[in-house]
Amino acid sequence: MVDAGIITAIALTVITASTPLLLAAIGELVVERSGVLNLGLEGMMIAGAIGGFAAANLTGSTAIGVGVAAVAGAVLSIPFGILVINLAANQVATGLSLTLFGLGAAAMVGEPFLGTPGLKLPKLDIPGLTDLQVIGPVLFGQDGLVYLSFVLVAATSWFLTRSRAGLTLRAVGDSHDSAHNLGISVRKVRWMAVLFGGACAGLGGGYLSLAYTPLWTENMTAGRGWIALALVVFSSWLPWRVAIGAYLFGAVTILGFHAQGAGIRIPSQFISALPYLATIVVLVIISRNKTLLRVNTPACLGKPFVPAR
Amino acid sequence: MAIRMKLVAAAAMLALGAGAAQAQDKLKVGFIYVGPVGDHGWTYQHNEGRLALEKEFGDKIETTFVENVSEGPDAERAIERLARDGNKLIFTTSFGYMNPTVKVAAKFPDVKFEHATGFKRADNVSTYSARFYEGRYVIGQIAAKTSKSGVAGYVASFPIPEVVRGINAFLLGARTINPDFKIKVVWVNSWFDPGREADAAKALIDQGADIITQHTDSPAPLQIAAERDIPAFGQASDMHRFAPDNQLTAIVDNWSDYYVSRAKAVMDGSWKSQDVWGGFAMDMVEMSDYKNMPDDVKAMAADTAAKIESGEIHPFQGPIKKQDGTEVIGAGERLSDEVLLGMNYYVEGVEGDLPQ
Repeated sequence: MVDAGIITAIALTVITASTPLLLAAIGELVVERSGVLNLGLEGMMIAGAIGGFAAANLTGSTAIGVGVAAVAGAVLSIPFGILVINLAANQVATGLSLTLFGLGAAAMVGEPFLGTPGLKLPKLDIPGLTDLQVIGPVLFGQDGLVYLSFVLVAATSWFLTRSRAGLTLRAVGDSHDSAHNLGISVRKVRWMAVLFGGACAGLGGGYLSLAYTPLWTENMTAGRGWIALALVVFSSWLPWRVAIGAYLFGAVTILGFHAQGAGIRIPSQFISALPYLATIVVLVIISRNKTLLRVNTPACLGKPFVPAR
Repeated sequence: MAIRMKLVAAAAMLALGAGAAQAQDKLKVGFIYVGPVGDHGWTYQHNEGRLALEKEFGDKIETTFVENVSEGPDAERAIERLARDGNKLIFTTSFGYMNPTVKVAAKFPDVKFEHATGFKRADNVSTYSARFYEGRYVIGQIAAKTSKSGVAGYVASFPIPEVVRGINAFLLGARTINPDFKIKVVWVNSWFDPGREADAAKALIDQGADIITQHTDSPAPLQIAAERDIPAFGQASDMHRFAPDNQLTAIVDNWSDYYVSRAKAVMDGSWKSQDVWGGFAMDMVEMSDYKNMPDDVKAMAADTAAKIESGEIHPFQGPIKKQDGTEVIGAGERLSDEVLLGMNYYVEGVEGDLPQ
């Protein structure tokens, strides 16, 4: 019963289910590392979903769709940035309202596209590698956004630990006052991070409407922005763990479906709740390890920055 | 001075006049939706019903809706809000609104409430539902004629009687054609989440199902079927745009006639609390055009639907056995509506355990 075919099939479904979470979460991780908590992920994702869908449908090009999805997410993060970075508004309240605004605005913009079948992002095969057993189609038979998500994880990890700009960003997140005194422009760094986070969330949303389920419906993000937020905490702000968390989340969901289909006796409600339970358990574990928590948690997360004049 | 007095008087008259006209016979009707209007499924069809009201009554009616209301404490607030805003007839269109509806109804005795798919009524609370299982029996027969593997994949939402009944009716229909037909069920625990619905459909297909049907609201499972090039059925509304070569037919909910008749009843004062459960016979359930199947299957489906409508066939006619083989009813008997409404077991041929 268990053969290479079914394993490949499961792995492919897991990757599709995890990629939107991964894209959005990796962006949020960078935002949080700079000391800003953006709870508007869901709103920026849905903006990316409709932006990407609309652009692809109007131009006939999924590549343009992907580009517009990223831009749409970044554009939506601009009002958030103005309020939170420049006007030092409450980050939690501003982020929540960004989600509400995004969902409403997307529904309005998306009305003409209801009931229109979408274009699907093509798979980009890599000659030679795609034909490998199991690993081939799973790792090398994906669409561009999946490859991009792999690259983003590696690049973000390198950026945060090995690059000067990344260390500057972490310094801003850990102590914006010290960074300010060192002559670093806290606002500029945070603006870059927020825009990057918006673009990543937009890509996550675009993945939903261009690859996962190529259609547009209101609320199609269905809470994935919140899961991505939880994944950032789950990862204790480390990019590789975000990837692990996202794939774990996807795997638990998909294996749950397969278990049901195969008639294995596990309550489906329990399987639906499992990823959330896992997040809580990890939270408890990491909060017990104070040193680890102190090293990676951005100390200034969520605190407004008002420079002393 | 005199002119000014006149102006004031005129303004007052105007205001009074307008107020009176508004209060006069404009019936305010409110709707609570569980999903977005653009789900192409369940909520979309209820909204079609609302639009039918506006078309039928024009200026004499004013409709409002609140969409994406989750089934829980939020629902109570949303329903109460509609009642406070002067709506005299409120449709709450999902099973999970049952308790909130009854609770709010007790506070507003002069407001009429219509709750879809529930079973709790009061003097000002009616319930209504459609016998979707009639349609599911028909698509079960089509599935058995179409499937080569003899296994259908069923993307299900929540294990409530409404959904369980649909699964059973589908299987009983299929088994009239192929006595060995089986269903695999995956519960996604959501009415509307395109991603999860798609994942469930993929899992079912990967496990050998070669025809997909769903009791969730988005066209995503149908789209996956199209991608894998296997046949599937639309849900709640005609979804053929999403799978033009793969949708065989769809069970379409038609609430328009019922909504118009209930609004009329409120207007002429004849509204009474009642329980309506309409099917093919009341046009509450319709089948969209049969496509992508041979003519003999089309003819069979149309014939079955006609016989259900006339009462010649009843989807839950004995002999019916539960999963474990115990007999529910013998040959010739039919399950009563009461039993159907509380259905909490799978019939023989459904694989897996029903979550309780």
